[in-house]
Amino acid sequence: MSSWPILSLITFLPLVGALFCLIVNGPKEAVDRNCRSVAIVTTTVTFLISLLLWVRFDPTKAGFQFEEKVAWVPALNIGYHAGIDGISLFFVLLSTLLTPICILASWESIKVRVKEYMIAFLVLETFMVGMFCALDLALFYVFFEGVLIPMFLIIGVWGGKRRVYAAFKFFLYTLLGSVLMLLAIIAVYWQVGTTDLPTAMEKLNLPFTWQCWLWLAFFASFAVKVPMWPVHTWLPDAHVEAPTAGSVILAGVLLKMGGYGFLRFSIPLFPEATQYFAPLVFGLSIVAVIYTSLVALVQEDMKKLIAYSSVAHMGFVTIGAFVMNMQGVQGSIFQMLSHGIVSAALFLCVGVVYDRMHTREIAAYGGLVHRMPRYAFTFLFFTLASVGLPGLSGFVGEFLVLLGAFKVNTWVAFLASTSLILGAAYALWLYRKIVFGELTKDSLKGILDMNKREIAIFLPLILLTIWMGVYPNSFLDPMAPAVDKLVGDYQAALKLARTAALAP
Amino acid sequence: MDLAIKLIVFLPLVAAAIAGLFCRVIGARPAQVVTCAALLIAAALSVFVFVKIGFGTEKLFVVKLFSWIDSGTLDISWALRVDTLTAVMLIVVTGVSSMVHIYSIGYMEEDPSIPRFMAYLSLFTFFMLMLVTADNLVQLFFGWEGVGLASYLLIGFWYDKPSANAAAMKAFIVNRVGDFGFALGIFAVWMLSGSVGFEEIFGKAPQMAQMRIQFLGMDLPALETACLLLFVGAMGKSAQLGLHTWLPDAMEGPTPVSALIHAATMVTAGVFMVCRLSPLFELAPTASMVVTLVGAATAFFAATVGLTQFDIKRVVAYSTCSQLGYMFFACGVGGYSAAMFHLTTHAFFKALLFLGSGSVIHCLHHEQDMRLMGGVREKAPQTFILMWVGTLALSGIGIPFILGNGLGFAGFYSKDIMLEAAFGVHTTVGMIAFWLGVIAAFMTAFYSTRLMFMTFYGKYRGDHHTWDHAHESPIVMMIPLYVLGIGAAFSGLVGYDWFVGHDWKAFWGNSLAVKATEEVLHHAHEVPLWVKLLPLVLALSGIALSYYYYVVRTDLPDRTIKAFPRLHALFYNKWYFDELYDAVFVKPSLALGRFFWKKGDAATIDGLGPDNVAARAQDMAGMLMRFQSGYLYHYAFVMLVGVAGLVTYFMLSAR
Repeated sequence: MSSWPILSLITFLPLVGALFCLIVNGPKEAVDRNCRSVAIVTTTVTFLISLLLWVRFDPTKAGFQFEEKVAWVPALNIGYHAGIDGISLFFVLLSTLLTPICILASWESIKVRVKEYMIAFLVLETFMVGMFCALDLALFYVFFEGVLIPMFLIIGVWGGKRRVYAAFKFFLYTLLGSVLMLLAIIAVYWQVGTTDLPTAMEKLNLPFTWQCWLWLAFFASFAVKVPMWPVHTWLPDAHVEAPTAGSVILAGVLLKMGGYGFLRFSIPLFPEATQYFAPLVFGLSIVAVIYTSLVALVQEDMKKLIAYSSVAHMGFVTIGAFVMNMQGVQGSIFQMLSHGIVSAALFLCVGVVYDRMHTREIAAYGGLVHRMPRYAFTFLFFTLASVGLPGLSGFVGEFLVLLGAFKVNTWVAFLASTSLILGAAYALWLYRKIVFGELTKDSLKGILDMNKREIAIFLPLILLTIWMGVYPNSFLDPMAPAVDKLVGDYQAALKLARTAALAP
Repeated sequence: MDLAIKLIVFLPLVAAAIAGLFCRVIGARPAQVVTCAALLIAAALSVFVFVKIGFGTEKLFVVKLFSWIDSGTLDISWALRVDTLTAVMLIVVTGVSSMVHIYSIGYMEEDPSIPRFMAYLSLFTFFMLMLVTADNLVQLFFGWEGVGLASYLLIGFWYDKPSANAAAMKAFIVNRVGDFGFALGIFAVWMLSGSVGFEEIFGKAPQMAQMRIQFLGMDLPALETACLLLFVGAMGKSAQLGLHTWLPDAMEGPTPVSALIHAATMVTAGVFMVCRLSPLFELAPTASMVVTLVGAATAFFAATVGLTQFDIKRVVAYSTCSQLGYMFFACGVGGYSAAMFHLTTHAFFKALLFLGSGSVIHCLHHEQDMRLMGGVREKAPQTFILMWVGTLALSGIGIPFILGNGLGFAGFYSKDIMLEAAFGVHTTVGMIAFWLGVIAAFMTAFYSTRLMFMTFYGKYRGDHHTWDHAHESPIVMMIPLYVLGIGAAFSGLVGYDWFVGHDWKAFWGNSLAVKATEEVLHHAHEVPLWVKLLPLVLALSGIALSYYYYVVRTDLPDRTIKAFPRLHALFYNKWYFDELYDAVFVKPSLALGRFFWKKGDAATIDGLGPDNVAARAQDMAGMLMRFQSGYLYHYAFVMLVGVAGLVTYFMLSAR
């Protein structure tokens, strides 16, 4: 294992970049240029270093790797404890991959307060990576909440017309959940006397009622982030108002915080409550899948349509996480990764035409294929990935989740599978309205196809989507031991609880 | 052998990538050369593979590529599996596809997007080959969805036409309804057998037949349920009654596409799937019964619609739908080899009919309405003769009893053996299928010769400008027609003994359910004489009636329509399926979506949730603001009230 703290390095390197940006001074143009350069270099280097994690990761081990532990508030037993296992590994990589892409996507479209914008993104990256690495409840909470601040600013400052409404809605929804989670974290702390997660997993042994209350408190926070129906209404607004890169990171990483939270905290800490509430999660997820797919069918705004489709796709994530078998959980994680790439790419696709036309209204487009063949191909590719065409990444996650769900409850699998039909309907409808047809609108007659910078953004995402679809084992194998342990521990805990209940 | 199989499957993919990604660099001609060459090589190799497996002793080759999805006990690999069943499909797919590729050089000559078209065709062929060489259900699903994608792209190839876009979407979405069942079927099979690989599933089939499954709150026989779910997928892809609505609309695509995808190969994938899974269906009598009934109903229904259509391609499309129905009822009664036989002969003569229609359409400058045709045999004499070959093959015309099995066009052998199989099983369902099939055979002969008479005979009814420029198609389009014509004429005669005659065991090996096939073929060969003759007699009378209607007494069609206006409207409007689906599924979905959006999200969730909270917070703030008036006596008064309240509380609680 490496002797240098690689996790802390990738967590805090963006912060260093942010400091650099902060001290850049001079005429506006120079400042903008320098800040862009600093941001892209920092995030790219961070990404390259994070690849080392994958290279050095031992895919046979179930436990945490690259662990770092420093006392932080020793008096209270709160520590800086970082580490990753097969579950969090790819979320870290997803975050470090998408941030440079976001910077690149904002290269020309962000013209005001460039310096502050870049700082916001760099800080955001620190918080995101830190959150996925955190193995201490208090540390996790700090990062988890920290993410809110730059995101709030990105929407509120660089967003569209109703940005303030959207930013506040986003902030209020997520904060409400978080406050309850903080209470739950404190409760756990009083039980085990530390906020260290591995210790808590080992020692925490709560009575059923207590588990239920704490599970609900965590649920309040994670469900908003996923977002699950009916606390999803902040997402369409936030997406619509956010700048392109904001939507990308929101869909790509921030939505995964909820699903990740379920797998990292709710399930291992409160197994009995998890089992008890699983039907609730299934119910809400299925409503999400069907309801939001139907709503997506009638949208008039490109971004809103994709935002609603995100909610539907995330419904699969929550189903998979709570069926608690190997296929379901792996499918759930894979679905998050795939959605992170694909929906991010779809928002980037919207960004490409938004940068040119400054409207997201579907009716304002049509016939783009005549002027933009490369764009037509890219958009089609990700549309197909989003509807789960086998051979692309979207299929693997959905397939595994449904397969896992079928074993547990055929109703869940049956109802969730309807998204096969509805998903195709809204995605192809959107594509047809934007890309196909005759090019009749005067405003579109001079539109240009994707330039080199835009191709450079999409190409890695396309290759990655194919890779994940054709050989998903590169991703499934490293996460297998950790998922196996999660499922195994869960079953063991339930068994223990059952025998305890039977004993006189 | 391994290399040959790999080349067959992946050459089209490589060609598609070259033609599609570098089209702007290399231009149209190289794109055509690359794709056609790849397909011709694949076709030649397929013949080699077919001969080696069909007539050799080694009946099964599995080429492992690499692992695909591993999760817990689930283990799926990419692998190419070739047995006789696959080898037959390889011949059909690469054979028809290579001919269609060559034909397209001529047909699409004036199109600005030739490389894109060639790339799509090759891509389709790749997915189709992945489908037929699948080693497990999930890879089958991969090919299945892939051909759906290619079909979507090709139907919507002329993306300026709104009708083409709508048809493409409809095809994809209706197919997805089928895939929904297919996917659930895969899950069910995996849950029951713990595997998705064919070898393992077939091994577990007898146990699965004994199991029960809890599905949607019902306690059902496991294998029957799984088979029915899988069959829903087959219904979607093969356009069977209920999920057939996309196929006629798919005619919006260029005609070579209709020939390749919507006649010869993709739409037969459902039949192939049932045959591939015949060891399961063999043990699921109820599911097989459903297959039989759906197939027979489709054969009948599509034929009735075919009688009334005027678009030349739609007539052929409904005929395809109907013929697929035949194949399914043959599968349903256990005549898997008969179904595969018809699948093969049908691929030749139906591709011929489509490409021939394409030749007519090309000749008349993209006119598809038969009411504006007539007398075309003058202008296109070769097409005329070849179309007759296809029509007679479709109608099943031949001379029985000579040369042992009789002498006739391809459909003569394959359609008869299917009908005989349905009769031979001596079940109620079999009899229903037989009679519906026989009636459909009459209608088939009628509508397919109606097409011939309306198009090639009589006087030209379109405008003269078109007529003056009408011409026989170029040689590059005629060669494929001749090749397919030879297939349509002789494939039945040549294939009979191997597919369904004496040598079927040596030919098929274990690739079809052996027990059912043996029984059914045995009975089929023993049916009474009238059963063997009836389809032929009816087909001949269908042709005679059609001749009388459309050549001798051309006023009769209109008078018949006037005599039965309701019935004609029903047939002409395709039994109102589109209208029904629009009213039951499409409109309510959109209305529900709008309701959820405006009333659910906006009014209820936001209205009671964040917006409400925000509004109440503002109200509260407004109220609190009034307390901060700045007047000292206001504050003093509030303090006094507070003190009074506290004192009262303590006094009361002290007691």
